[in-house]
Amino acid sequence: MSKRRTERLLSIVVLLLSSRRYLTAEQIRASVSGYPDAGESFKRMFERDKDELRELGIPLETGKSGAFDDEIGYRIRRQDYELPEIHLTPDEAAALGIASRVWQSAELAGAAAGATLKLKAASGDIDGEEDAQRPSRSIEPRLTTQEAAFGPLWEAVRDRRPVTFTHQGSGRPEASKRELEPWGVVYRRGRWYVAGYDRVREAPRVFRMSRIIGQVKLSGPAGSVKVPDGADVSELVKDWDRTPPRDRTAVLRIREGAGVRLRQWARDVAAETDRWQGWDRVTVSFADSGWYADYLAEFGPDLVVLDPPDLREAVIRRLKGALA
Amino acid sequence: MSGQSAAGPPRMVTSAERLRRLLALVPYVVARRAVGLAETAATFGMTERELIDDLNLAWCVELKSPEPFCPIDLSYEDGEITISQAESIARPLRLAADEASALLIALRMLAEAGGDSDAVASLIAKIEDAAGAAAAASSQVTIQIDRPNGPGVLAALNEALSAGKRVHLRYYVPRRDEATERDVDPIGIRVIEGGTYLKGWCRRAEGVRTFLLDRILDVAVLDVPAEVPEEAESAEADERLFRPSETDVQVELELAAEARWVAEYYPYESLTELGEGRLRVVFRTPNTDLFRRRALHLGEECRVIAPAELAEEVQDAAAAALALYD
Repeated sequence: MSKRRTERLLSIVVLLLSSRRYLTAEQIRASVSGYPDAGESFKRMFERDKDELRELGIPLETGKSGAFDDEIGYRIRRQDYELPEIHLTPDEAAALGIASRVWQSAELAGAAAGATLKLKAASGDIDGEEDAQRPSRSIEPRLTTQEAAFGPLWEAVRDRRPVTFTHQGSGRPEASKRELEPWGVVYRRGRWYVAGYDRVREAPRVFRMSRIIGQVKLSGPAGSVKVPDGADVSELVKDWDRTPPRDRTAVLRIREGAGVRLRQWARDVAAETDRWQGWDRVTVSFADSGWYADYLAEFGPDLVVLDPPDLREAVIRRLKGALA
Repeated sequence: MSGQSAAGPPRMVTSAERLRRLLALVPYVVARRAVGLAETAATFGMTERELIDDLNLAWCVELKSPEPFCPIDLSYEDGEITISQAESIARPLRLAADEASALLIALRMLAEAGGDSDAVASLIAKIEDAAGAAAAASSQVTIQIDRPNGPGVLAALNEALSAGKRVHLRYYVPRRDEATERDVDPIGIRVIEGGTYLKGWCRRAEGVRTFLLDRILDVAVLDVPAEVPEEAESAEADERLFRPSETDVQVELELAAEARWVAEYYPYESLTELGEGRLRVVFRTPNTDLFRRRALHLGEECRVIAPAELAEEVQDAAAAALALYD
């Protein structure tokens, strides 16, 4: 069935592209193999075929050829259909090769591959095309989307549609229902975020996609989301994810050989003596985010915080927690 | 059409997908006058048999009215395809919104990562131009990746890559809290899951390894040509950072709501919601050191359920650490 259908769809495309006039459904039926006689079943089949062609991005236009025609016809204007001329230099072809491998996820890997084929089809042979096929000795970035929410949120952003979903914030026992007008998606530090106007909180909000649980539902028609002028989605995400400045000083006692990374960024390292032979006194700058104490606890019996007292207490608390 | 499954041969291709492919295949051949069957099949990710089926399908298209007419004429002989007539479909279809966006976002990622910036910028401009309105949605996607600490490291590695030289690394291994020394023949720079990595042939491990640029404490370009075994260079298929193996240990943790982020950091095998935001997660790891450190980091927000030895290690380490504060 699939083969005959493909043949039929291809015939329609060729027919409508070659015709300057609008062709009626009946004229199409008469030209294209594989349709039944005129009637309900033909109408249904033709409707499905039209939908499928439009879904593929084929600009199927409807209209009337003359003022005296009373039946609607169809055509595909060549300038709307054809990809404009595009010529790639060997360097650009190499970049295209790398770009076509960037997406590792189902949603957009296929689209990127499809686009690459069209561009190759449009541009003819390129010197160095074969080089571009080889994994190059250069920078190869990868984009993954493990987050189930990515697909529907991308669709919502692309078509400017509002969405509803359930969000489980980190550290919050309760998940909450959200209604969002999405302005854009951001990939930052290996994670996907969606930002937009939260209708419940009545303010701009950022959500990490991995914290969206269950289904994302499209809750309004295409084009119904207005992105305000000057809305800067990447700034919103940066604010949400801002790293505090390293403006505090800690003095640590670290066992020799341990804490390689801490020593790398240390302001001062001095060997201890007497009872603490085999240890170093290491002075570091740190950011007061609460997270630093947790990080120091990781070193277990290889590290002691000497100062400041609040950091020392926080590490002790963490270790007692691990012991409990 | 929905409902097709990706698993198992024969691969089902919907009529829409097949039409999309044909509408690119015909202009691809037309633009090249004559092109090899094998090469074309490889470019389109299909077998030669599938390719010949597609060519036959195109060749069979016949319009019946006003008079019978075959719009596409082609031949494939001696492994070479030529299309002598393709009528109105000699040019490819415009890019769809998803296609233009997927490629433009990928190119911006490449630019952010520090790829060949002139070629990337001019290619972006050409694609935006050719795509027209279809490119609009891509502007709603922003890509930000962190510049690795120390720009000198990336510059030195790029220099080694373009000159084909070996490098010497001092490399930090956090799970052992240890700096290691090794010689590496660079294969390329990869940017995956937010991190920038050097992929290379590690002479110490005699295998392909990836090195997070942030953990390279020191790099020296050696005056020795890099020698990457051929099979290592082509083994690019599975680039996921974590590859579970048969010999891995299962680590089961119970996480408080505050520690849910741990499940976002490491790929897990199973995850159970326990209510009030609590989770039970099973990870697989070749080495439990990392999770010992993680458990100390999380304190009361994490309980090690299994293996029992790991739970004991965490207790011992915490007790020994607390003794130092007495």
